[in-house]
Amino acid sequence: MRYDLQIIAAWIEPGSRVLDLGCGEGELLSFLKREKCVKGTGIESSEAKVTKCIEKGVQVLQGDITEEVHDYPDNTFDYVILSQTLQQVLEPDILIKELLRVGKKIIVSFPNFSYWSIRLQILFFGYAPKNRQLPYEWYNTPNIRIITIKDFRRFVKETGCVVIKEVDINTHSDDLQGSIISFLPNLRATYGIFLVSRRNSNPSYSSL
Amino acid sequence: MSEYIEHNHNGISVGLVEKKFYTLAGPPDELVLASGARLGPITVAYETMGTLNGDKSNVILVTHALSGDSHVAGYYSADDPKPGWWDTMVGPGKGIDTDRYFVICSNVLGGCMGTTGPSSPNPATGCPYGLDFPVVTIGDMVKVQKALLDHLGITKLLAVVGGSIGGMQVIEWTISYPEMVASAILMATTTRHSALAIAFNEIGRQAIMSDPNFNKGNYYSGPKPDLGLALARMVGHVTYLSDEAMRSKFGRRLQDRDNLAFDFDANFQVESYLRYQGSKFVQRFDANSFLYISKAADYFDVGLQHGHDSEVDAFAKATAKIFVISFSSDWLYPTYQSRDMVKAMKKNGLDVSFCEIEAKCGHDAFLLPNERQSTLINRFLNRVSEEEHDAL
Repeated sequence: MRYDLQIIAAWIEPGSRVLDLGCGEGELLSFLKREKCVKGTGIESSEAKVTKCIEKGVQVLQGDITEEVHDYPDNTFDYVILSQTLQQVLEPDILIKELLRVGKKIIVSFPNFSYWSIRLQILFFGYAPKNRQLPYEWYNTPNIRIITIKDFRRFVKETGCVVIKEVDINTHSDDLQGSIISFLPNLRATYGIFLVSRRNSNPSYSSL
Repeated sequence: MSEYIEHNHNGISVGLVEKKFYTLAGPPDELVLASGARLGPITVAYETMGTLNGDKSNVILVTHALSGDSHVAGYYSADDPKPGWWDTMVGPGKGIDTDRYFVICSNVLGGCMGTTGPSSPNPATGCPYGLDFPVVTIGDMVKVQKALLDHLGITKLLAVVGGSIGGMQVIEWTISYPEMVASAILMATTTRHSALAIAFNEIGRQAIMSDPNFNKGNYYSGPKPDLGLALARMVGHVTYLSDEAMRSKFGRRLQDRDNLAFDFDANFQVESYLRYQGSKFVQRFDANSFLYISKAADYFDVGLQHGHDSEVDAFAKATAKIFVISFSSDWLYPTYQSRDMVKAMKKNGLDVSFCEIEAKCGHDAFLLPNERQSTLINRFLNRVSEEEHDAL
């Protein structure tokens, strides 16, 4: 399983209810179901990937994450996962607010745009950055949101929520291996992973 | 529907099957229908495939659409020219694997393939019911299926599976008998007909009823309203296809000629095809049954009938794991209708999966051989049967 998904999986309490937005081929949900008796649902827009989910025995809905999430009553899930998708969402603030309504906690992971090599590319070459995490040109990239780890921390604070856990990692988009970066993560980590809750539902805070 | 099934004795098949009958609701215990009318006795034609396991936990009920019947798969005899209507899906190792599951399919109430319907003798007169047959609903059809299962000693269904009007029966099952239904597969179906769907059905019914041979439904001793029924089938058939399917299948190609004939014979292939489908249909289907089953489909409205006009409230009674499949080119029951029912299921916290299969052949796509659909159904059933087994 992808390295960031391994970290996310470790955060999920056994037996909980999980919604995985953009669940792909259902790798994480299938793992959680098997290893942690999680009752999971995935949302995925691609028919081919939905088929793979069903083949794995994963409950899945084909559709657009921003539309599908509206139908759930409040607190339907213990965790809502948005992995490597936030940077592709048109209205991230509205989506995150909605995720915190249907889920008690949300887990968000995204590529960190302030990674040192990206900074250097802009500084020295003056082109929109391209690397293994962000392999697209400016005109065909699905990644329409530029997010840094510091940006996301500030966003969480401003929306009145709390970061329960944060792990910043150095890995590539499909890699099974990676490492946790705790020194200068905004500069040295390629991805940030956050566990966030509403302030009123869970006031405890710990940072890794 | 079964027009799609081709004879293929070399293919894998469940083999020989037998149509059986069960009679229920004899006087004075007639079935009370949704309309309030009483109907009895009722004979149900049904077929079973596969082997019922010891704890009767491997039962799958397949429900059929407008023109289907109990003959879902296999052959009646060694020289039977054609297998059942869903032979591509039901059989050893297929989507619905008869090596693992015990499959039951019965002809619907109001049908003409062995189950009591308008062509059956009215016990009061000894003659066919005709239009004296009471109007039946999808709910009534399901009640009869439930009585059949009671008779067979089956108290739990691993899955109920159906497309189109068969899908309506599956929905009805999940709401009327939730304790019996572990899972449900709904294909190309809707919780209620749109005005468009009712409109096409009404054209079909008007075609039948305005046939000079219709005689207020009492045509069984004389010439039948074949022209009207054929016309109804032609209209229906168009709604089961799609613009894209018809373009690729027929285009504007001419039938057995190089130039326009400047007459009203079937010049185009599509005209010839529809005439052929119509004429073939009248050989096997009763016009009155078309009226009754199409009416039952038009009347079906889950929200109104089970949830005080709210689909969300209606599905509150359901507990089954549900799998909804729609087809991208289905304009009779378009994908938005599947999404709407999925929405109502989600609001009730139901375990629901949904997939829109990209297919160009329109509403009838669910009846056609489709590897993706077979795989999806097979794997979903796998999952449900594993989870049911784990829960024991």
